[in-house]
Amino acid sequence: MKFDDYIYDLSSPGRTGVDLPDPDVPETPIPEEFLRDDLPLPELSLPQVTRHYLRLSQKNYAVDKGFYPLGSCTMKYNPKVNEWAARLPGFANVHPLQDPHTVQGAMSLMYELQAMIGEIAGFDAVSLQPAAGAHGEFTGVLIMRAAQLARGETQRHKILVPDSAHGTNPASTSMAGFTAVQIPSDKDGNVDIEALKAALDDEVIGIMITNPNTLGLFESHIVEVCNLVHEAGGLVYGDGANLNAIMGIVRPGDLGVDVMHFNLHKTFSTPHGGGGPGSGPVGVTAELAPFLPGPIVDMTEEGDEYVWRTPEKSIGRIKSFYGNFGVMVRAYTYIKMHGAEGLRQVSEIAVLNANYMQARLLQMGDYPIPYGHRFCKHETVAQGKIPGAEGVHTLDIAKRLIDYDFHPPTIYFPLIVSEALMIEPTETEDKETIDAFLDALDKIADEARENPELLHEAPHNAPVRRLDEVRAARHPILVRLPAPAT
Amino acid sequence: MRYIPLTDDDRRAMMEAIGIEDIDELFADVPAEFRYPDLQLPAPLTEMEVMRELDMMAAENANLREFASFLGAGAYNHFVPAIVDTIISRGEFYTAYTPYQPEISQGHLQAAFEYQSMVAALTGMEAVNASHYDGSTAVAEAAIMAVNIQRHKRRTIVVSPTLHPQYREVLRTYVQGMDMKVIGDETHDNDFHALIDLTDDDTALVIVQNPDFLGQLHTPQEMQDLADAVHAKGALLAVATDPIALGILKPPGEYGADIVTAEGQVLGNSLSFGGPYLGIFAFRMKHVRKSSGRLVGETVDADGNRGYVLTLSTREQHIRREKATSNICSNQALNALAAAAYLAAMGKHGLRKVAELSWHKAHYAAQQIHQIDGYEVVMDKPFFKEFVVKCPRPVAEINRYLLEEYGIIGGYDLSRDYPHLGDAMLLCVTEMNTREEIDDLVIALGEAQSPHIHLNLEVSL
Repeated sequence: MKFDDYIYDLSSPGRTGVDLPDPDVPETPIPEEFLRDDLPLPELSLPQVTRHYLRLSQKNYAVDKGFYPLGSCTMKYNPKVNEWAARLPGFANVHPLQDPHTVQGAMSLMYELQAMIGEIAGFDAVSLQPAAGAHGEFTGVLIMRAAQLARGETQRHKILVPDSAHGTNPASTSMAGFTAVQIPSDKDGNVDIEALKAALDDEVIGIMITNPNTLGLFESHIVEVCNLVHEAGGLVYGDGANLNAIMGIVRPGDLGVDVMHFNLHKTFSTPHGGGGPGSGPVGVTAELAPFLPGPIVDMTEEGDEYVWRTPEKSIGRIKSFYGNFGVMVRAYTYIKMHGAEGLRQVSEIAVLNANYMQARLLQMGDYPIPYGHRFCKHETVAQGKIPGAEGVHTLDIAKRLIDYDFHPPTIYFPLIVSEALMIEPTETEDKETIDAFLDALDKIADEARENPELLHEAPHNAPVRRLDEVRAARHPILVRLPAPAT
Repeated sequence: MRYIPLTDDDRRAMMEAIGIEDIDELFADVPAEFRYPDLQLPAPLTEMEVMRELDMMAAENANLREFASFLGAGAYNHFVPAIVDTIISRGEFYTAYTPYQPEISQGHLQAAFEYQSMVAALTGMEAVNASHYDGSTAVAEAAIMAVNIQRHKRRTIVVSPTLHPQYREVLRTYVQGMDMKVIGDETHDNDFHALIDLTDDDTALVIVQNPDFLGQLHTPQEMQDLADAVHAKGALLAVATDPIALGILKPPGEYGADIVTAEGQVLGNSLSFGGPYLGIFAFRMKHVRKSSGRLVGETVDADGNRGYVLTLSTREQHIRREKATSNICSNQALNALAAAAYLAAMGKHGLRKVAELSWHKAHYAAQQIHQIDGYEVVMDKPFFKEFVVKCPRPVAEINRYLLEEYGIIGGYDLSRDYPHLGDAMLLCVTEMNTREEIDDLVIALGEAQSPHIHLNLEVSL
């Protein structure tokens, strides 16, 4: 029997994984009309379940296994003490609707986390409710909308989004009922100031800006960008996806950003979970604080008790309860173990590692870096355009990296760089690992020129070969259930 | 620094390769007047110290391993077998990200595909996405999906007053910038007549909950009649449900639902003070291209072997940008894995047993409480694991007594969300509540009704 078979193929009638006690109360008959005919779940024993998932796990790449330089995702080491903390019974087994008197410890953690991340990024107030980065963006745009409406500026409906932005920025804009207007980048990878000036009018709600941006570059005109937007009556949204580059270096709030989301699962080391859960708190200036989603944690005037408070002009609740608390516990643990000096060091080394990667790639010469004339921040964006190997594309290089036991970088993003390879090493990698990755890229460049088929057919050592994604989309199979017993 | 492996020699060598003498040079493009702020953060702690502090903070909370609880209202204390945490603690699962590279993500992709399949089996639906954030945002996404299916020609959402109050709040937050209306919950509808009357040619979606927020169960026939009436008016029906109840109850897919949502926390996820939870989202295959969130599909590799990939991503923000069906990117993948592991471990028999135990214990509790002077179980309809109890005094006072004198966490106070019910409490009983706990609750409620009981405002733990 193969335990990585499809789960229903392991099922046999009559098996069960978990025994439960018999009722210790008199039974109450369940009216027939409510009952379902069949419950087509698998029937497995616990040893089968264990082996099935263990074998599946072994077909997964992960940060705990190796280098995972997925640009813009900040795949840093996930400290194990975070996991321990989130599983403490006093955190994991607490109901969100308990009397606040009985959850003062959990509320104090949230209160301190609100204050600490607000301090790190320079904001006066924070709501921890959003569940992920995109959720925080959507929250932030709704806050900007509410603030503009409160000023009576109902004509504003456009949000400016640089062409290097994450796809979530324009998508969040649309969900809030607004129009995304794209702003081009200039030759240095900054927002094009002239294009920005031309786009600013009294229909603009504001701008969404990622800084450092997705080219890995610090927007050197950021203060001017913020001033121009403010002068036009707009607000500045900061996408905090790349905060890992600037902790203790600069605070977005000081630069003129009015509202920003944090990605606790990137910057503050909480695990990415195979795609989630994340946590996307939103920080704002004092002016925007009344619009935050709630409830947030506040302290009584006497300072002796934590209480729930929904800001007076709140955009409303954006998620049930208070957000992804289990993720907050992990981020809190991380920040408490670092302090101000430790966080600055995190950012400095993240940027040092990325620049070392960039410098070595420039020296190698096989992977052009369009903005390589500038120091990058947390990541560098190269191109899969190997000289003398014109038939080889970024996808081939990425798949070949798998054979060298590395997770490929983010590919084909940002959209403004063709054949992009977006590489973010993070601060938790050692030099030997980065050197080994560079050696692999060096070898792959030679292979691309000498034996391009090797790349076109890669990966060769993965659990499966390249998968037919066209077929999956054309004839979608999203569910597979056994045929009902006859 | 504990998580930074670079030695001083490494740093020197790297700076030399870059051509700098000081790391500060890498930040020269950051405006000088704002560079290097003096962050006011607590001094760093070692692992040993932080564990001590966290232990103390956690101990300040009343946790349900020590306190008996009858609190539900959208987050539930159900049994989680140990195997679930073992599986989601595998570093290969929890330290990976979105499976953009399917060749080295088959473990996660197959597990997610199996999650989709098992949830389809549970809900009786044809398609399931890889997850939304929680039960509330799944409802909001259902509303947006329905408007998209109706090509924006219908823009009103009719919601039942017994849909979870927080789900209704989140729905309104989500659609505040869209040209959409949310109505229906101003009624006292309990038989769907008012909702059906409100459904017209502008209605995109009707959303009801079954079992509803007050615990009531609508019969499959009532639900089918509702679905037929809604469909006859050209609208769609979404049903928010309780996955545990589906261990025994006829699933929404068998009574005409077009979209099924649920809070999936109950499937193997800890209460964790409100999150991370799991937004279950199931729908009819014909609407797949209007659906939101990630989807995992089955395919084959270059050798013809079965494999799994993220699919139909042209609906998603990273491809479609402002025209995407949703902005969702990170979802609740690990919570969905927990749900899959839970369903695999419990299986057909285990889940049915959990549902039956919850039913029997809840009904026993209701029968006992109904006999206490001053208390009345007010349910017009059958219920599953939650029920409404009319109380002789404000619920907050009763709960304080239960906690203070018996260490019991009482039910949800309905007075804010449903003021017309008066002093009413929503009690929840699951397989985790023993008969002894229920009997203690009954005694405590009986004592708490006396106006002579002194209520101490200060709760000590």
